[in-house]
Amino acid sequence: MRLAARVEGVGALGPGIGDWDDASEVLRGARPFVPAPTVLPAPELLPPAERRRCGRNVRLAIAAGLQAAGRSGRAANEFATVFTSSNGDGDNLHAICDSLATDDRLISPTRFHNSVHNAPAGYWGIATRAMKTADSLCAFDGSFGAGLLEALVRLAAAPSEPVLVIAYDVPYPEPIHAARPLSDAFGAALALASGDDGAGTAITVELVDETPATLADAGLEALRRGNPAARSLPMLALLASGNAGRVVIEYLPGLSLAVEARP
Amino acid sequence: MRPLPISAFTATSCLGRGLAPSLESLLAGRSGLAPCRFETVDLATFVGEVPGLEAHALPPALARFDCRNNRLADLALAQDGFEDAVARAAALHGPARVGVFMGTSTAGILSTEIAYRHRDPATGALPPSFEYRHAHNTYSVAHYVRERLGLEGPCSVQSTACSSSAKVFASAARMIDAGLIDAAVVGGVDTFCLTTLYGFHSLELLSAQPCRPWDAGRNGISIGEGAGYFLVGPRVPAKGQSPPWLLGAGESSDAHHMSSPHPEGLGARLAMESALAAAGLEPADIDYVNLHGTATPANDASEDKAVFALFGDAVACNSTKGATGHALGAAGALEAAIALLALRHGFTPASPGTREIDPQLRSRYETALARRPLARVMSNSFGFGGSNCSLVFGAAPGGSA
Repeated sequence: MRLAARVEGVGALGPGIGDWDDASEVLRGARPFVPAPTVLPAPELLPPAERRRCGRNVRLAIAAGLQAAGRSGRAANEFATVFTSSNGDGDNLHAICDSLATDDRLISPTRFHNSVHNAPAGYWGIATRAMKTADSLCAFDGSFGAGLLEALVRLAAAPSEPVLVIAYDVPYPEPIHAARPLSDAFGAALALASGDDGAGTAITVELVDETPATLADAGLEALRRGNPAARSLPMLALLASGNAGRVVIEYLPGLSLAVEARP
Repeated sequence: MRPLPISAFTATSCLGRGLAPSLESLLAGRSGLAPCRFETVDLATFVGEVPGLEAHALPPALARFDCRNNRLADLALAQDGFEDAVARAAALHGPARVGVFMGTSTAGILSTEIAYRHRDPATGALPPSFEYRHAHNTYSVAHYVRERLGLEGPCSVQSTACSSSAKVFASAARMIDAGLIDAAVVGGVDTFCLTTLYGFHSLELLSAQPCRPWDAGRNGISIGEGAGYFLVGPRVPAKGQSPPWLLGAGESSDAHHMSSPHPEGLGARLAMESALAAAGLEPADIDYVNLHGTATPANDASEDKAVFALFGDAVACNSTKGATGHALGAAGALEAAIALLALRHGFTPASPGTREIDPQLRSRYETALARRPLARVMSNSFGFGGSNCSLVFGAAPGGSA
C-alpha cells in the first residue's frame, strides 16, 4: 500500500544548520557539513509570557514548523499538525525530578504544564492560532518515521487538508543524558499536501522490511544516528537533490519506510 | 469515516480488573476513590488506585520493561480474553497487519523520579539499574504491548495529555482505511507518579475530597490509574458477532492556553461537531455523552458551554470521574470502555461525588444511574495544550440501531 503526498515545504534546524537552505547545500555536498551548536530562535509569534516560559523543544519545533509552512506558501494555521519526538522536554523533566527528590517537592506549575509531551503542539496553537488537530507522537528512535506515516495517513483520510509533520529532539541534561545520549538539538519539518499537480516534490511512501539508508558523509551520518529527528536526513537529502530516487527511512525494527521522490 | 467494529475490549481501573467487576461497580454507582496512600506522597487528596501493581511481575523475557506503568499494561491485557482475541486477529491477518496505538501521559516516569533519589553523591549519576528505553520513554508502553502480543505492524504512542487515548482510535481508523493494516490494538495506560500528583497540586487543581464533577462546590480533580484496550477492525466483523462500533471521531486544538481550557469551550465544540459530522449524525442522534468532566471549576464550565451549545438540555450526560478518578492519558480509553458497557448493557452510569449540580451549568447532567436502551453515545476527552477529541460509538453501524 503506497501513500502519496507532495512536499510543499521543508524546514530544518540543527548543529551548523540554520534553515533548509543550509541543510540542502550540505546534503547536496555543495559545501561541507561543519557542526556548530544549534541556535534556537526565540518564538516571536508567542505572547511575551509564553515566549519566556517555553522550553528548548518548543522553540525548536516552532522554528522548524514555521520554516516549512512558510516555504509552502500557506498560512501556518491551515495545517493539521503531527508533532513527533522521542525525548520531549528533557530540561523540564530533569528540573521536576530534581525537585521531587528533595524534601519539599515543590514544583513550579509552569514547569508542570510544560512537561506534557504535547507542549510544542500547545504552544504552536497559541502562536499560530491553529485550531486544527495536533498529534504528539513518540516511537523512540523511530519517532520521525511514526510522524511521517501518521501525516500521510491523515492526508489520505482528508485529502483537502494539508498536514505539517514536525520532528524534533533536544538532548537531555545529565544525569539522564548518560542513559540516553543524544547529539545536539535537531528539528525537521515537512509541509505535505495531496494531489498530483501543484508545487513541490511528489513522494510516495510504503512500509518495507529493509535496512534504513545511511549517509556517506561521516559527520552527517553521526548526526543521523545521534538524534531521532535526524533519522529524517536521508529523506531530506533526497528532497535536496532535486532528483528522482528512493531512500529507506528508519521506523521500527523490521519495519521501515521507503520514500520515493518524483520531482 | 467508515464505521469500524470493535471486536474485543477490556478495562482495568480502581473499579475493577476487567469488565465484569467494572460493570458491577458502575451498576452499583460505586466510587473507587480513596485517600492517597501512594508511595511517599504526602498530599491530602483522593485517588483511584489499581491495587496489586506492586506485586505484579512481567513475564521474565520482558523484565527490562518493568515499571509501574507496564505492570498495569500487562495486568490489564490479561483480562477478558483480550490477548486471545488479538492472537486470533494476528493469525488471521498476519502480525504485520495489526497495529498498536497507545495513549499515555507519563509512561514510566515514576521509575526516573525514584532513580533521582538515588543519585551518586559524588558524580550525580543515576543508579546503574536505571532503564531509560523500556521503563521511562514515552513509547515504552506501546513497545511493551507490541512485544507482549507479538505484533509487527505500525506502532506509536500518542501523548497529548488527557486526550491521548481517545485520539488513538482516530489514528487506527485512518491506518485501516488507508489499507496499511486490517486491525489494531488501541488503548491507554497511565499510572500514578509524583510529577502528576505534585504537579496538579502546584496548579491548585487537586481536590482534597473525592472529586465532584459539575457540582456547585467542585474544587478540583482526583487522579486515577487506568488501562483500556480495544481491538478495532477488521472492517467486516466475524460471522455471528454483533460488536459495538466506532462511528466517528473529531479532533481539534484550543489555540488558547497550555493548562486552561478555552473559556467558551470553542475547541471542545469543534471536536464534538466534527465527531458528529464524521459519523454522519445529528446531535439528536446521541443518547448519552460521557463528559470529560474533570471537576475543576474552569474545565466543567467550559465543557458545559460547548455541550449546551450543541445539544441544549436534550441529551443525558455526565462524568464518571467521580467513580474512577481522572486517568489522564488513559482517560479516553477507560471512558470509551465505560461508553461501550453502557451501550451493551443499556444504562447511563451514576456520577458519584456530585451532590448539588452547579446552577450555572445548563446541560442535562444526570447524577443517578438510569436503565435505558442506548443506540449511540459520545465520549469526550480534552487535555493540556488545548488538545480535544470526541468519539462516537454505536450499537450498530448504521444511522439507526
